[in-house]
Amino acid sequence: MNTKILMAALLLAGPATAQGFAGMGQTADGFATPDPAYRFAFPADHGAHADFRIEWWYLTTTLQGPDGTEYGAQWTLFRTALAPGEASGFASPQLWMGHAAVTTPDAHLFAERLGRGGIGQAGVVAAPFEAWIDDWQMISRAGPGQDALSALDITANGDGFSYDLALQATLPIVAQGAQGYSVKSAAGQASHYFSQPFYTVAGTITVGADAIPVTGQAWLDREWSSQPLAPDQTGWDWFSLMFDDGARLMGFRLRDAGAGYTSATWIAADGVATPMPPNSLRVTPLRMATVAGRDVPVDWRVELPDKAVDVTVAALNPQAFMATSVPYWEGPIRISGSHTGRGYLEMTGYE
Amino acid sequence: MARAGLTALLSHWRRHPLQLAMLLLGLSLATALWSGVQAINAEARASYAQAAGALGQDGLDRLVSGDGAPIAVTVYANLRRAGWDVSPVTEGVLIGTNLRVIGIDPLTLPAQAQQIDLAGAGLGDFISADSVLFVNAQTAAGLRTVTRYPIRVAPDLPSDVAITDISLAQRLLGQPGLSYLVLAPGNPKPAPAGLTLQTPQGADDLARLTDSFHLNLTAFGLLSFAVGLFIVYSAIGLAFEQRRPVFRTLRALGLSARALTGLLLAELLILALIAGVVGVALGYLIAGALLPDVAATLRGLYGADVPGTLSLRPAWWAAGIGIAVAGTLVAAAQSLWRIWHLPLLATAHPRAWARASSLALRWQAGAGVGLLVAAVALGMAGDGLWAGFATLGAVLIGAALLLPVVLTILTATAQRMARGVLAQWFWADTRQQLPGLSLALMALLLALAANVGVGTMVASFRLTFTGWLDQRLASEIYVTARTPDEAAQMLQWLAPQTDAILPIWAAETPLAGQPGDVFGMTDHATYRDNWPLLYAIPDVWGQMAAGTAVLVNEQFYRRERLALGDTVALPGGALPIAGVYSDYGNPKPQVILSTDQLIARFQDVPRLRYGLRVDPAQAPALAAALQAKFALPDGSVLENASIKAMSLQVFERTFAVTAALNVLTLGVAGLAMFASLMTLSGMRLPQLAPVWAMGLTKRRLAGLDFARTLALAALTLLMALPLGLVLAWVLLAVVNVAAFGWRLPMYVFPMDWLRLAGFALIAAGLAALGPWRSLARLVPADLLKVFANEH
Repeated sequence: MNTKILMAALLLAGPATAQGFAGMGQTADGFATPDPAYRFAFPADHGAHADFRIEWWYLTTTLQGPDGTEYGAQWTLFRTALAPGEASGFASPQLWMGHAAVTTPDAHLFAERLGRGGIGQAGVVAAPFEAWIDDWQMISRAGPGQDALSALDITANGDGFSYDLALQATLPIVAQGAQGYSVKSAAGQASHYFSQPFYTVAGTITVGADAIPVTGQAWLDREWSSQPLAPDQTGWDWFSLMFDDGARLMGFRLRDAGAGYTSATWIAADGVATPMPPNSLRVTPLRMATVAGRDVPVDWRVELPDKAVDVTVAALNPQAFMATSVPYWEGPIRISGSHTGRGYLEMTGYE
Repeated sequence: MARAGLTALLSHWRRHPLQLAMLLLGLSLATALWSGVQAINAEARASYAQAAGALGQDGLDRLVSGDGAPIAVTVYANLRRAGWDVSPVTEGVLIGTNLRVIGIDPLTLPAQAQQIDLAGAGLGDFISADSVLFVNAQTAAGLRTVTRYPIRVAPDLPSDVAITDISLAQRLLGQPGLSYLVLAPGNPKPAPAGLTLQTPQGADDLARLTDSFHLNLTAFGLLSFAVGLFIVYSAIGLAFEQRRPVFRTLRALGLSARALTGLLLAELLILALIAGVVGVALGYLIAGALLPDVAATLRGLYGADVPGTLSLRPAWWAAGIGIAVAGTLVAAAQSLWRIWHLPLLATAHPRAWARASSLALRWQAGAGVGLLVAAVALGMAGDGLWAGFATLGAVLIGAALLLPVVLTILTATAQRMARGVLAQWFWADTRQQLPGLSLALMALLLALAANVGVGTMVASFRLTFTGWLDQRLASEIYVTARTPDEAAQMLQWLAPQTDAILPIWAAETPLAGQPGDVFGMTDHATYRDNWPLLYAIPDVWGQMAAGTAVLVNEQFYRRERLALGDTVALPGGALPIAGVYSDYGNPKPQVILSTDQLIARFQDVPRLRYGLRVDPAQAPALAAALQAKFALPDGSVLENASIKAMSLQVFERTFAVTAALNVLTLGVAGLAMFASLMTLSGMRLPQLAPVWAMGLTKRRLAGLDFARTLALAALTLLMALPLGLVLAWVLLAVVNVAAFGWRLPMYVFPMDWLRLAGFALIAAGLAALGPWRSLARLVPADLLKVFANEH
């Protein structure tokens, strides 16, 4: 997902120069950089990391209605800092961007909200956990002693849609990469990254005038960093696969002029995560669709030989394009082949 | 045939170049004045629209706090969290400058309210700690020396407006709150608790405020155009009359009436197009010459910013040429109608068109009286600006229609009372000429009356204004500090050297829904003795000192139809009105409180301006010492004399345009007379020849003609005087009140009338000079021909 890092950074902060990244210490402009030795500490790490340039709370849900119709819903809060640290009032360098979407087999509805930090319009509080922008929110209803993210209520709305979903985690949080240090390129760009891929969901989505009771599963990603992609990286294909047998696979490919760079984490049904060696994941576009005036692969072959995964993933709705200030494709997928299940696909950088 | 016909028709103009020049001059002058005024108005209106857009009046609703106080940022955040699509704005004038800083939040600002292209500028740069100030090129030039913040030029912004990020605006203005919230379309309508919904009026504030000014200009433009058309009418009438033999010959040669009319129409269109293009070009020059004054006026009077340069608008060219063509057709309609009905074999009747039937005169008298009655009714029952101008129009047109009637009666009476046959002939002949001259005389009447009326209005205003300035600017020195610290040091330094230091602190707040100002006033003899009040309760100063009452300005008082004792809603509670003061030149409502009350109600009012009472003889030295001691920028220390001079300068410039248009109108009226007299002089030979034959010398005849013209001009002037005074009264008591909110006393200036009379007679004399000389140069053979042709 870190093309979004780049694009959000470009959008909000002007061209950022990533040259000279050393992988440790501070970048030239004063932002903190990810540290491989860092270990997550909760609940603090549920909140915002104002010293890092970019961060998000990224939730995707695969849902079905009473008649078996499949849906997808997205709730995302991005944070971008113009400068490290926080200040109160409009002087805050923190900017927030919310994206919400509902995808049905024949419709994709989405909305964007922008807001300033420091004034209370948008933000994240670690405990009691709450993330919000305007009237969209993600609030913890976890009991005492439980992880704040183990039970969440999320709401959002936009033109022609809204949703109100209750999430319950069945397993603990999973650290991505090496103990949460997720490398994003051969050159060493990285982020702090953990997920909660084991939610069950119940709630209501409203499309037009129809309120549809839904159930399903959800996946939350938490990631923060300060570094944009390497200059030659042009885009990004990211897969979150939730197999029917309970296992999960997070994998991405960063595209560049050459072979690209892939990374994956295998999460067994019991919640034990195994980072896979770089480039052990193979992803191959199978079918292109024209979306928003550009050709985007909407069916893929995804292979992870180490775990005997060889599946085809197909978009529920090939037109699931987010025409927001940072445009990208984001939608639910169906999985068939060696494993079955559902998941989410995100693609950026297709012009 | 058509070509031969057209050549024959056009040959007339070759032989009468003066006539051609007159026709083209009249038409181009009329077009020029009209389109010049239109250009000025269009330019000003375009810049209002720009300013209105920049100031956020782009049709979007706003939320403001009920008491006009700033809105807390938490209120805004809570509204967003409750689902309101609102965007915050912090706005104010930067202390020590006239720069209006508008702070916006680009992340939430609705697209309709976007004034600047942030995509090109970089959102990050805009929001970042070293935010950018967007201003127009003119403002940028002045600002570069003043601020350390990066400046970007956005050409569409009005002058003295800077758009920047809200965080920088809050820092620059020292205002941590929000001035108002812009509502995106489609929000729930009932305003949230504690806030008031403001729906922008259809017309924005500036356009509304300046309406009267533009209406004024438009009225002048129309008047000039009408007067110019009189010239065209005379010139066309003359040309058609002189070409009757040609028309008859052409018809006799087989040209149909339709073809002849068509040819004449074509000829007129060609002339109208030429004159139209010249007129519009002239109008552009006039507008270009007047615009700096208009711009200065609008800035001084309304704070409206209009660039002093003119942009060419295609629509304006089209409209100018269109009105030239339309005016020509109107002026030529009667003549064309006659050609259409020209009896082929009828003998020449050169005077036919000039002979007025008494029936027409009676009809004209009836219409004139009717209009005057309507004017009285409108003046009594009507209300507002349009009623005022309608009254003016009815009075002017009614009086103009009555002029020939009155002159006919006067000359008829003079004829009856005249002794001797020559005197009787003089008056009878004068009456005979009236129909031909009446249009030109009506033009002269209108121009003279406008001159008297506007002159009286301006002079009355000037007298009142000067007296008011003397009283109002009671302090000898006015000083503005840059920071509160500097103010404190200044006060300390000044205390031993002054008789009194009077704070002049003001806050902006809505008054009866309009943006207004609240000033603080310290109880001091300066005010008790000098402050001019129009109406007041007996203990006005005591109540003011106690902080239990307020003063309001006349504009506010009249616009809201207030009375003494009525209360004015203010932040922190309403207070009753104890007095009303005149406040010329200020379009906004204003309230004066005691200084203590001001501080109590507006805690963060900037405390930087002071009036200093000192011995007037010491004032210049102290002002210079003060400026040197604190290294104050120019304009921070002002002596009252220089403020007076500045104010009067604004005043003079305000009416410079009016005066210029006045002179132009009078000039056009003079030309109209000249054209009419030229027309008549050619046709009068049959009347003069018998008189000459009976022994009157040519010189004598020419002298009598000259005297006649002067006599008619003098009579017209006599009628113009009362008409002008009525005009002045309507301007002062009706139009001014409706347009500006103040009523002015009327003073009369007989010396000005004498001067005007002199000008009018000189103009009439000059106009009569040409015909007089041609008459004096007649050879006896010309006069004899009259008799020869009769057989």
